[in-house]
Amino acid sequence: MPSLNLNSMDTSVETLKTADGTPLKKKLQQSLFRNKLRAFGLVSPLLIFLLFLFVLPIALLLWQGVYDPRFSNLMPETSNILEDWDGVSEPTEDMYAALVVDLVNAKKNKTIGKVATRVNRELSGTRSLFTSTARKASKLKAPYKKSLKKVKKKWVEIETWQAMKVASNVYTVGFVAAALDYKLNADGTITRQEEDRRIHIKLFIRTLEISLIVTLASLLLGYPIAYLMASLPLRTSNLLLILVLLPFWTSLLVRTTAWIAMLQGEGVMNDLFVVFGFAEDDDRFSLIYNKTGVLIAMTHILLPFMVLPIYSVMKTISPSYVRAAKSLGATNWTAFWRVYVPQTIPGVGAGAILVFILAIGYYITPALVGGQDGQMISNFIDFHMRKSLNWNLAAAMGLVLLVIILFLFWIYDRVVGIDNMKLG
Amino acid sequence: MKLKSLLIGVASSTLIVSAASAGSITAVSWGGAYTKSQVEAYHKPWTAKTGHQVVSEDYGGGLAEVRSQVEAGNVTWDIVDVELSDAVLGCDEGLFEEIDASMLPAGADGTPASDDFIPNTITDCAVGNIVWSTIFAYDFEKMPNGPKTMADFFDLEKFPGKRGLRRGPKPNLEMALMADGVPADYVYIVLSTEEGVDRAFAKLDTIKDSVVWWEAGAQPPQLLADGEVVMTTAYNGRIFNAVAAEGKPFTIVWDGQVYDIDLWAIPKGAPNKDLAMEFMVFSTETEQLAAQASWISYGPVRQSSAALVSSYHNQPDLKMAPHMPTDPKNFTNAIQNNFAWWADNQDELNERFNAWLAN
Repeated sequence: MPSLNLNSMDTSVETLKTADGTPLKKKLQQSLFRNKLRAFGLVSPLLIFLLFLFVLPIALLLWQGVYDPRFSNLMPETSNILEDWDGVSEPTEDMYAALVVDLVNAKKNKTIGKVATRVNRELSGTRSLFTSTARKASKLKAPYKKSLKKVKKKWVEIETWQAMKVASNVYTVGFVAAALDYKLNADGTITRQEEDRRIHIKLFIRTLEISLIVTLASLLLGYPIAYLMASLPLRTSNLLLILVLLPFWTSLLVRTTAWIAMLQGEGVMNDLFVVFGFAEDDDRFSLIYNKTGVLIAMTHILLPFMVLPIYSVMKTISPSYVRAAKSLGATNWTAFWRVYVPQTIPGVGAGAILVFILAIGYYITPALVGGQDGQMISNFIDFHMRKSLNWNLAAAMGLVLLVIILFLFWIYDRVVGIDNMKLG
Repeated sequence: MKLKSLLIGVASSTLIVSAASAGSITAVSWGGAYTKSQVEAYHKPWTAKTGHQVVSEDYGGGLAEVRSQVEAGNVTWDIVDVELSDAVLGCDEGLFEEIDASMLPAGADGTPASDDFIPNTITDCAVGNIVWSTIFAYDFEKMPNGPKTMADFFDLEKFPGKRGLRRGPKPNLEMALMADGVPADYVYIVLSTEEGVDRAFAKLDTIKDSVVWWEAGAQPPQLLADGEVVMTTAYNGRIFNAVAAEGKPFTIVWDGQVYDIDLWAIPKGAPNKDLAMEFMVFSTETEQLAAQASWISYGPVRQSSAALVSSYHNQPDLKMAPHMPTDPKNFTNAIQNNFAWWADNQDELNERFNAWLAN
């Protein structure tokens, strides 16, 4: 029966055809394509939703971390002439003339405030320099260098021009550099930020440290709970499940505030410590408004995200494996460690990555209980989004955080394997 | 077809709304007890006098909403209560209408407006209404011989215990310098030098390990009530509220207070600009500002109002004057938050403050 010899079907036998004469292979492809199209049609609403309301806004925001056309749009003449300036030589009269033209226009168009804010980010004190000079700009006469110098001496200082040069870059690495405690200079070089202003690297490290500790702590606390829930009879385990879910359903803010009441100096925990003699009444433990407080509150808040994936994986593990191991002579510990635990790894992986990713972007809890050494990078992104309105720097910090997470994700994939993850 | 009729419906309802709002303005403020004080002291008398309505809306401060309305050319707010920093920034960016200060009437005692208003409370685009202040407070039941001066706040030997401070350089640097002996008038001159900033941080260093940092205005009274701190900086209205409404035994130390103002500003292209101007002038008259003070412990920006300030609206025994930042007794060693200086230096000082905090 040669026609059943599938390996040589194409060559040795005539191509198989369907009833209407088209080759079977082609027909199959057509019908598969139609299926794919239908499937795509079904997911397309979600896809479009994600694209326009998730991917696009994030991409546009992150784009601001490297793209800043404000200064060059609002001060076009100055930006043009600054492009040819090397950033170290004495500013020429032409540059001063261009500056005055732009200042007059910016005052007229009421955009001077934006320009001043932008340059002030590079050099403190330039905000008032711009706004006050712009008020007089229309009355200034050539030679402009001299008349600007008369308004404010700062105009002949090279630092002012270097700040404008940096601000005039439309595509810039300046913000990413700033997010890493470096500084972009007017001549294009990048140097480290002054020592007493370096803050971001320390914050990134602290954020990773807190996230890692929280992940490990919730694994250590969550694994036994999940095991208990999976092995107890249904009635008791349901009760346990509710106890796990109840805080999960409670507002984040309420739980964080509850921890403040528990841990503060005059709080429940400290009162107990004093009663049992662990602490003196006038020398109580500082458990909140610092890193300790953040670790405790975040571990508690994120614990369900660890327990639930592990529990749902444990539920599917048949008890006969452990029984088999024991019947073959394994001790309790060996049976648990060599047979049971490896089967729970997909749940552990899912829980760990869930907790870690959530922790790394956490900001309400550290904002409320972080005090001075419990602040995380997201608190500073929030600060620059809402308070200082330096969206470019916020975007750059977000970009760096995203790169770090993707890098860690890649490492996780190499070490544990992303396929080896199960939510249930 | 459906879409078309929907559009027509929306358009016509917009027309009806704008027709009905002739003789009415939308005033936007911070909500809560503060808006309540404005409604009682400004809105109701204005409606009684002119027949125009005031629609009250709340917002959370900042320029984001005004900016989006002005830039989209769809301004719905007529008048907004803003902080000084936002009034100046918004004016520089062309978000607010310019104000002609000459239309403000003289005070009830005849002082011309330019002398009646506390200095720096009328800007190019906004007119001040109240003075609020950052002060420090303590619990006099726990500390009967409590601190008296800003220097005491930084004196851990005389007054041991934790302190509450706002997390941020402003106005801690000013307070640190005043505690270090810099006279109020010279604070910003000293801060403008590198050594001055170092000096302020050095002073903060002396209490750094005993500080609990707060962010929201509601936190400091709570910290004080919980005994988490023995004294804390706070907004004076919050402490007054804890005393007047909740009977807390808190005392305010006014020495070294850093005060700031709130102002009315009119967004560029406001639909009822002329009415809003009228309302702005009316509400910042001597009587209205004085009336507001019986609802909240923020001081009137007109000096002529002080004589008319009476007692808390539902507690006739509670005289308001001693609780005002502007009361002469409280005002002896006070500085106004210098917005222009902060606008120039806040980026750098925020970074430096955060780096200092993390070390």
